Amino acid sequence: MQRQLANMKQSLFDQGYLDEQFIQLEELQDDTNPNFVEEVVTLYYRDSVRLIQNIEHALDKNPLDFAKLDSHMHQFKGSSSSIGARKVKIECTQFREYCRAGNGEGCKRTFQQVKKEYATLKKKLEAYFQFARQAGPVEKACRPK
Amino acid sequence: MGMAAADSEFHVLAVDDSLIDRKLVERLLKTSSFQVTTVDSGSKALEFLGWHEDDRSNSNETSVSPKNHQEVEVNLVITDYCMPGMTGYDLLKKMKESSSLRNIPVVIMSSENVPSRITRCLEEGAEDFFLKPMKLSDVNKLMPHMMKTKYKEDNIIEKPEKQEKQESNKEETTQESDDVQLSLQEQLNGNNNNKRKSIDDGLPPVRTRPRYNGLTVMSN
Repeated sequence: MQRQLANMKQSLFDQGYLDEQFIQLEELQDDTNPNFVEEVVTLYYRDSVRLIQNIEHALDKNPLDFAKLDSHMHQFKGSSSSIGARKVKIECTQFREYCRAGNGEGCKRTFQQVKKEYATLKKKLEAYFQFARQAGPVEKACRPK
Repeated sequence: MGMAAADSEFHVLAVDDSLIDRKLVERLLKTSSFQVTTVDSGSKALEFLGWHEDDRSNSNETSVSPKNHQEVEVNLVITDYCMPGMTGYDLLKKMKESSSLRNIPVVIMSSENVPSRITRCLEEGAEDFFLKPMKLSDVNKLMPHMMKTKYKEDNIIEKPEKQEKQESNKEETTQESDDVQLSLQEQLNGNNNNKRKSIDDGLPPVRTRPRYNGLTVMSN
């Protein structure tokens, strides 16, 4: 089962959902903080809900306040980057470029992508952590790549 | 009473409006055996540090003045740059203007790699600038900055010439490392000490300054 877990994790990296930062998080996990990664990721979900709502709300305004949109997205990009959410981060960057160009349609389109990538990642990570729990505790639940 | 150079006795104040980044920084620092306090804003940081409006760079006191209610010794402040209200830069500035706080080393973090931003911060007296997300290797760079301050006096070198490196704990001497970054910092720190800055400087988006020698005249 451990091998399945490792494969699951590897594919998240191979498919580009996660980047090196996720490994950094894992390296901070140890016996004194055995659930650190999951704790941080859980915080990320909570934070993301709030930020996504803010952006959604801001995208409903007319005219669009690009500075505000950019600022919200800056925060979301930051937290996504902090947990290694690679694809989400890429879409966030794209969104910010549209903000700077004052392209409202581009923003709205890209935001759909942001949400999609976020939802996909969340699903995959939830499955991963659930599986990790089932696979049983190990002295270090994560192996360096 | 005097803090020995034991890792576990170094106390870092981390400032970041992002909950996730606070958690991350806290873990990074604790892993490296630092004591950590996290706050979510510059104003809370100043509060924690016991900052007072009247603390200007006038006195030569390095010890905590009676006005200052700082109870905990903070050996380093690490702050995010982009924060609502008071930015990391503003916090840095306020600390450098305060006679009781300006000897505390400050490190800035930012998710954006903007050279002018980095220069501005170093210019204002930041010891270092890290790109986010922070890594363990960044945390390893903090110790030298903290050690430097433990032996630093107000009358720091005003000339850029390097002095002999000293390992002893003598109070009156200035402790230097061979850090290349430090020589630039020395020049800037020397000028900062001579400057009279008004606190109501606000948030200047761009600071134009003359060259880094002699007094910097700030016009209101």
